[in-house]
Amino acid sequence: MEWMALSPEEWTAVRLSLRVAVVATLFSLPFGIAIAMALARGRFWGQSLLNGLVLMPLILPPVVTGYLLLIVFGRKGPVGSFLADHFGIVFSFRWTGAALACGVMAFPLLVRAIRLSIEAVDTRLEEAASTLGANRAWVFLTVTLPLIAPGIIAGMILCFAKAMGEFGATITFVSNIPGETQTLPSAIYTFTQVPGGDAGALRLTIVSVIISMLALLASELMARSANRRLEVE
Amino acid sequence: MTLAIDIRHRLGSFLLDARFETGSGLVALFGRSGSGKSSIVNVIAGLIRPDEGSVAINGVPLVDTARGLFVPPHRRRIGYVFQEGRLFPHLTVRQNLLYGHWFTPPAQRRDGLERALDLLGIEALLERRPGRLSGGEKQRVAIGRALLANPRLLLMDEPLAALDEARKAEILPYIERLQEESRVPIVYVSHSMAEVVRLAANVVLLSDGKVAAAGPIGEVMHRLDLFALTGQGEAAAVVEAVVERHDERFGLTELRSLGGVWRLPRLNADVGARLRLRVRARDVMLAKSAPADVSALNVLPGMVAEIRTGDGPIVDIRLDCNGDALLARLTRYSVERLSLALGTPVHALVKSVALDRRSLSRPAQNATGADAEADEA
Repeated sequence: MEWMALSPEEWTAVRLSLRVAVVATLFSLPFGIAIAMALARGRFWGQSLLNGLVLMPLILPPVVTGYLLLIVFGRKGPVGSFLADHFGIVFSFRWTGAALACGVMAFPLLVRAIRLSIEAVDTRLEEAASTLGANRAWVFLTVTLPLIAPGIIAGMILCFAKAMGEFGATITFVSNIPGETQTLPSAIYTFTQVPGGDAGALRLTIVSVIISMLALLASELMARSANRRLEVE
Repeated sequence: MTLAIDIRHRLGSFLLDARFETGSGLVALFGRSGSGKSSIVNVIAGLIRPDEGSVAINGVPLVDTARGLFVPPHRRRIGYVFQEGRLFPHLTVRQNLLYGHWFTPPAQRRDGLERALDLLGIEALLERRPGRLSGGEKQRVAIGRALLANPRLLLMDEPLAALDEARKAEILPYIERLQEESRVPIVYVSHSMAEVVRLAANVVLLSDGKVAAAGPIGEVMHRLDLFALTGQGEAAAVVEAVVERHDERFGLTELRSLGGVWRLPRLNADVGARLRLRVRARDVMLAKSAPADVSALNVLPGMVAEIRTGDGPIVDIRLDCNGDALLARLTRYSVERLSLALGTPVHALVKSVALDRRSLSRPAQNATGADAEADEA
């Protein structure tokens, strides 16, 4: 099993990938819930535009999304320079940029899963809660949110898995710098480009498979316990 | 409590145009499905914002479109028991019951969990989830949940409609107890005349989104011109009576009303108890002279007070039996044969077995409530 031992560089790539995926998932979650609510319940001008915008990364070639991110969030981009000057947040060629790229790419999956579960909620339960004295915020926290929990969990797992595997947009936006922006897929790609890199590529591939399997298993378990709680006759 | 409603609201091609005021006791909103009952209740609860008009409880407005006033549902403190229960599936029965309680400011909390459990008999269900409850249990929990929010008015939108007869019989006594023991006024929506007669003091009769009649149940029920709305086969008189004695030998109970003595199959009621008899028009026979040999045990003298002849062979007649109104549904042939006219003295015959348990109810608050207030004064 000697050959299975990961080198320090490979460990760095695994850790970075996990960090990028977790940060991407957690930061997109509140936005994902808010936008899913707006799309599922709202009636406002520009709703289909918002919907199209959210789904865009699913349809565009990842390289295009990565390049657009570079234009907008890069050092000289309008948003990127603003954030760097006022808040000291820099995305280009940093792991935060990788997280942003992964979050944007995974966002449609997150929103879609949550939106579907919101549309399945019986709004009459929310009406009942309001007659019992709950204002809109409380109705959301005590009725809507628990009822859509399975959808949120499913969305988060999808988002995490997508973020773990994101390659095209990330490498375009923040390049492939070991220790900073070299995530698992980028590292595997690098290994395949150098002579004698097969063993490393295989090791990281196995790690990828294991992480994906664990994520799936976790989502299965959580969905099952959520369904048990909501047991309908 | 007074509830004053004056609203106009358009729902597609349906126009709701309702205006009425009610006093205390249980008020029934009665009408066929699609007559606008549920919409009115939703307007009272604040789930529908009317196009135009106002709703006020005890003179305090909840909606007044002229002034741009709309109190949102969560600030109205109006309990709502829905037809389908609408219990929260992710919470246990206990958490469901305490949901509204938790949102009530402590100073306004009247009823505790104990009292609701006692009133509704749901103690054993506390740790279960709604998915595992029967229809009747769900409705009892829904009633408890609404009560524990300490409402100043309780709305019940056909709470029994989704239940079978056995379950209805299980819940009705709880609603009767609720009326007697808690002082919360109730607005009760129903399309079942039997339920309305059993529970209501006042009734608002709705037809096509408009109020056809409103008033004490006796008055509305005894109007022949409203039979088409109160239900053809169901047309019935409501008679308030007091249990006078039990006849153990024949297993009968005697009751006295203004019009005379009623004999019914033995009832499980104390002597002196007030009951409400529902005498269906099709169960009443008329005779011009007191019949000598007849099996019917209830023979009440009276006179014809109103005759209403329709297009068909049926004639509806209202009798005045010494202050009690009775209704009789006869054929036109019989009316002509007996030459019945206004003021004709007659005897009404009702078989004891036609007055079964289901035609009985405890009188609604108008009787007991008035007594209680007199005592206090």
